[in-house]
Amino acid sequence: MLGTMNFPILTWITFLPILGILIILLVPSGKDEKGQELSKKIIRWVAVGITFVQLILALVIYLNYNPALAGVNNLKTFQFVEKMSWITATLPMVGNINIEYFMGIDGISVPMILLTAIICFVAVFPSFGIKKAVKGYFAMYLMLDLAMMGVFCALDFFLFYLFWELMLLPMYFLIGVWGGPRKEYAAIKFFIYTLVGSVFMLLVMIGLYHSTGSFNIIEMMNAANFRGDSIFGGLNTTIRYVAFMGLFIGFAIKVPLFPFHTWLPDAHVEAPTPISVILAGVLLKMGAYGMIRIAFPIFPDAFGYFQTLIAWLGMVSIVYGALCALGQHKVGKRDFKKLIAYSSVSHMGLVILGLASMRPEGTVGAIFQMFNHGIITAMLFMIVGVIYDRAHTRGLDDFGGLAKKMPIYTGIMAVAFFAAIGLPGMSGFISEVLVFLGAFKSYPVLTIISGLSIILGAAYMLWALQKIFFGVLPEKWQGPWDPTRLIYKTDDVNGLEMVALIPLAFILIFLGVYPNPILNLMTGSVNQFIEIMKPFVYIGGL
Amino acid sequence: MTQDVVLPLSILTLLIPLLSFLINIFFGKKLGKISGVIGTSILGIDLGLAIIVAFTKLTSYAGIQVIQNRIEWFDLGSLQVNIGIGIDNIAAIMLIVVTLISFLVHLFSTVYMGDDRQYSKFFAYLGLFTFSMLGIVIANNFLIMYIFWELVGISSYLLIGFWYEKDSASNAGKKAFITNRIGDLGFFIGIMILFFTYGSFMFEDVFAGISSGVMPFDNPTMLTIAGICIFMGAIGKSAQFPLHVWLPDAMEGPTPVSALIHAATMVAAGVYLVAKVFAMFTADALTFIAVIGTITAFISATIALTQVDFKKVLAYSTVSQLGFMIMSLGVGGYTNGFFHLVTHAWFKAALFLAAGSVIHAMHQAMHHMHDHHTDPQDINNMGGLRKTMPWTYRTFLFVTLALSGIPLTSGFLSKDGILAGTLAYANLTGGWHWIIPVLGFTAAGMTAFYMFRLTIVAFHGEPKTEIAKHTKENKLPIVLPLVVLAFMSLWIFYSPNPIDASKGWFHKMIVQPKSAVPDAYQWSFLINNKTEEAAPAVHQAEGATHTAEITAENPHEVTKAGHTTGHYLNKFQEETHHFHYIAMILSLLIAGSGILLAFLIYQYKTISADKLEARFKFLHTFSYNKWYFDELYQATAINGLLVISKALSWFDNYVVDGLVNLSSYVTRGFGYIVGLFDNYVIDGAVNLVANFTGYCGNKMRKLQTGHIQSYVVFVLLGILILLYFFI
Repeated sequence: MLGTMNFPILTWITFLPILGILIILLVPSGKDEKGQELSKKIIRWVAVGITFVQLILALVIYLNYNPALAGVNNLKTFQFVEKMSWITATLPMVGNINIEYFMGIDGISVPMILLTAIICFVAVFPSFGIKKAVKGYFAMYLMLDLAMMGVFCALDFFLFYLFWELMLLPMYFLIGVWGGPRKEYAAIKFFIYTLVGSVFMLLVMIGLYHSTGSFNIIEMMNAANFRGDSIFGGLNTTIRYVAFMGLFIGFAIKVPLFPFHTWLPDAHVEAPTPISVILAGVLLKMGAYGMIRIAFPIFPDAFGYFQTLIAWLGMVSIVYGALCALGQHKVGKRDFKKLIAYSSVSHMGLVILGLASMRPEGTVGAIFQMFNHGIITAMLFMIVGVIYDRAHTRGLDDFGGLAKKMPIYTGIMAVAFFAAIGLPGMSGFISEVLVFLGAFKSYPVLTIISGLSIILGAAYMLWALQKIFFGVLPEKWQGPWDPTRLIYKTDDVNGLEMVALIPLAFILIFLGVYPNPILNLMTGSVNQFIEIMKPFVYIGGL
Repeated sequence: MTQDVVLPLSILTLLIPLLSFLINIFFGKKLGKISGVIGTSILGIDLGLAIIVAFTKLTSYAGIQVIQNRIEWFDLGSLQVNIGIGIDNIAAIMLIVVTLISFLVHLFSTVYMGDDRQYSKFFAYLGLFTFSMLGIVIANNFLIMYIFWELVGISSYLLIGFWYEKDSASNAGKKAFITNRIGDLGFFIGIMILFFTYGSFMFEDVFAGISSGVMPFDNPTMLTIAGICIFMGAIGKSAQFPLHVWLPDAMEGPTPVSALIHAATMVAAGVYLVAKVFAMFTADALTFIAVIGTITAFISATIALTQVDFKKVLAYSTVSQLGFMIMSLGVGGYTNGFFHLVTHAWFKAALFLAAGSVIHAMHQAMHHMHDHHTDPQDINNMGGLRKTMPWTYRTFLFVTLALSGIPLTSGFLSKDGILAGTLAYANLTGGWHWIIPVLGFTAAGMTAFYMFRLTIVAFHGEPKTEIAKHTKENKLPIVLPLVVLAFMSLWIFYSPNPIDASKGWFHKMIVQPKSAVPDAYQWSFLINNKTEEAAPAVHQAEGATHTAEITAENPHEVTKAGHTTGHYLNKFQEETHHFHYIAMILSLLIAGSGILLAFLIYQYKTISADKLEARFKFLHTFSYNKWYFDELYQATAINGLLVISKALSWFDNYVVDGLVNLSSYVTRGFGYIVGLFDNYVIDGAVNLVANFTGYCGNKMRKLQTGHIQSYVVFVLLGILILLYFFI
């Protein structure tokens, strides 16, 4: 088994993009004899290569991962662990600082690593459409990739925080430079919003370090490691509640949970297609992941105290997001991307509801929902990208009757839309059902209200489907997208877009019929997680 | 054939239509017209398989309650999710109903859809639908049932909105799907309650849990509520009041689709569901079901009286008949309710296909005459089709008789049974429950009336338009399914006795299951007094896989009991039998007068339709406008939702996001003030010092005049001052 070998696969998968960045920066930006920018081509394919190798590594991890070992709060059962001292210093006043380079994964991180690898790979293809400052774009893209992968591998809080912050920088530029008309506003909003969350996290992290004497996340989960007289020592103290809330808000902003969600529609609307894909596909998962990995197990008592509130927030997000998606009141055009952004709020609310249930099925459902939502929304944003690239608009009212012009595209899109409304046979259904089943045991009434999203989701999705694809094609789109036939040889989706979309559709359907490959990964870890939480939380049911 | 083959064969039966879907969706463009042939032949094979499965079950293993299996789908450690499939007698019969009608509809469509641009896609969708519907049929647990339930919903959505360029079609598809989802939410909540309480999706586990006395939330009322929630699914799919509004709109789909999905199979799924989980309904839940069924049967019959669109009349008739089935199940008439499902499936499919035949002929005639404005579905544009389309007319007339409940047809047998059941129920329970048979008989009379109105106006008399005059009988693939389906509506298929079905094979095979509900919460007259022997209990064995083995040990005993006639399982059946002749005479009288009235008004014009309409203007308008349900929902639910969602969007944009922006303004404002302070106060102070120094320097500079005399004066002055201080 690889896990027992000394090949530092987590380091490789995380830091591989550095290699890519170096190559990309070294490519001379000269032109060839035809005046074509050769460097663009090389840069693009370097990104494809790097993310592809990452995907292979992720698959190697997946295949060698042993689901019998649970992880979560037990270092011995973490896999592919790399642990070494990184920064040790004795500072006056503070004492010993000991930061470790500590990576390792369990059943909660493996699906996320897989998701990150898949999304980063497929999102490279829509990035081919980026014309401006290609070199900078792909360097930033790979740095983002690195940071996200690092977040899911790190087990040292300091390291985690480092990756968390590192992710901000490229994202800021990717939206702020390559984005739409209001890109500066959206980028700043995203940046500052996330930074507010980071400040809370930083403070709590320092407090935790003072209380336990290390940044080791796993040790923080054990109440015995807290010094009795330290700030976070003991259980059910006010300061622990405050600290938990700080962490929770920090992560909730990323999820995003109502009422911290308004950065999302703006960021999505302004971000270029591939960045929307990554944002929805991976970034949002970091928030919920942070809750499962850090906030909940380190402060289980505080979680128990706020559990009902969290379940409420989940429910409100679900219904509120769905209603806002349906409403689309925004003055001016009804934006397709905005609709999907709000549907994300609704779908991620489901993750929170599932987590709040603290039932194995609810939690497994929540993590599976994170995975599925990543795949589904990535598909949806790429689909928007396809028509935006051709028509240069995303207004829902600008289209109609595309089914006739783009039949294959319509077929792929129908798969994504039906997956988004939780149609059986698609993976989203399984996670939705698991979340609802789990949540019903702990919070029956909230779950029934959340169930309204089943109807609302169908309403806004089918409405969008109808607006864009059914009815009669407007006159202005009657002709071919590209009369010169230089960029778009046919009116339907092209090969490059299919390369990105078809694998995702396949994953959706495969996991919808046979969810075990992902469910089995996390079952053990989730049960272990529930074991930690059990003494502190409300678990309804029998 | 052994019992072990039944399940693999059923799975094959399930999957083969999916193959048709995959072939036609991926290779349809290349296949062109062949896709229809492929789809039809695949369904032909499927029909053969279904017949084998059904006959094996109904002949060799009729006494076994259900042949089923149980496999683990996924395992979360603390929670195992089991699924499986099962074939019981109603599933076996449904297999034949679904595959045969689907096959005939495929055959019909090869001609009907012949000119359509999306020919192969149509057959793909039909395959998908058949697959989903068969999934519902062979499910033995709530999860699989729900999964295929939703898949049926989506295939219905795709087929209703098949002509997507028409706004009315895509709107109808959307409406159907969303309305269904409202019911599905209830269904899902019901499933959650049951899963929460009994820890399993399997029907048998749930029934076993209920009969052991475990109640959801320890409250018997919650069992009633769970039952009603499950029934919500049926309200949606089987278009029951108050969610019936989607079905008439669904007629926007191609007519073969209406025949297959919106008349015979999918809409019957709700009835099938209620029959499947009949054992879990408490007396209160059954009353609720009966009331909903009765209201539906009555309301939609009144609407059907005045509609002028050929398909709309049939659509409301379907809703009404579904109401009859649900009503029958609700009053405890399990066998007759399911019986009506089966008989109705044949004749309603025939009616719709005949409608398709007429519309197709009208279209051809319009095409011939270069007319593109006449509505080919308006019955007032027809007339005289009896002569131009003799085969369509004959089959249509015969199945109309079946629907009206005239002896020698299957419809007579089933409807008669239902009405007898309602009388028995009212007699046993008394009180306001008498409304149920009263409305039931009234609806039956209206059925006969509106069906003959339709027949007379469309087929009899002189052609009302040139188009009707130029219609021609259709080709064999259209006529043949009509004949087959009409033939299937003969009484002989169900019982040798044309006026009493209770001795036929159907009633022997379809035996009401023993209720799982504890006696205290069930009608006393529905509690079987000859339980285990006569009707093998659903939960006879604990483990599903063992059920077959245990019952297989004594199949003879069981079948023998099933064949014994004259013994009633419970009081209700005995009472139903008592009311049989009364119900028969009553229903014949009522149906007969309905038909007579239709002839007097529309054929002989003894009574003027216009005068009637004028006299009952209000009632006519009310019925013609479908009791204003659509308007009511539009005004309340839909607009309400839109207003709320718009308000929330506004709230999100201006309040939630406004707060975010506000905090940014506040921060920036504060920053600006700090900036000003920095600029003017702090920096001002610095500059002040500098300026003061400069100012002083400037002033001092003036002393440096360069005149030696003034310097001497300053020195002297200085010395004087020093002297003053020191001395």
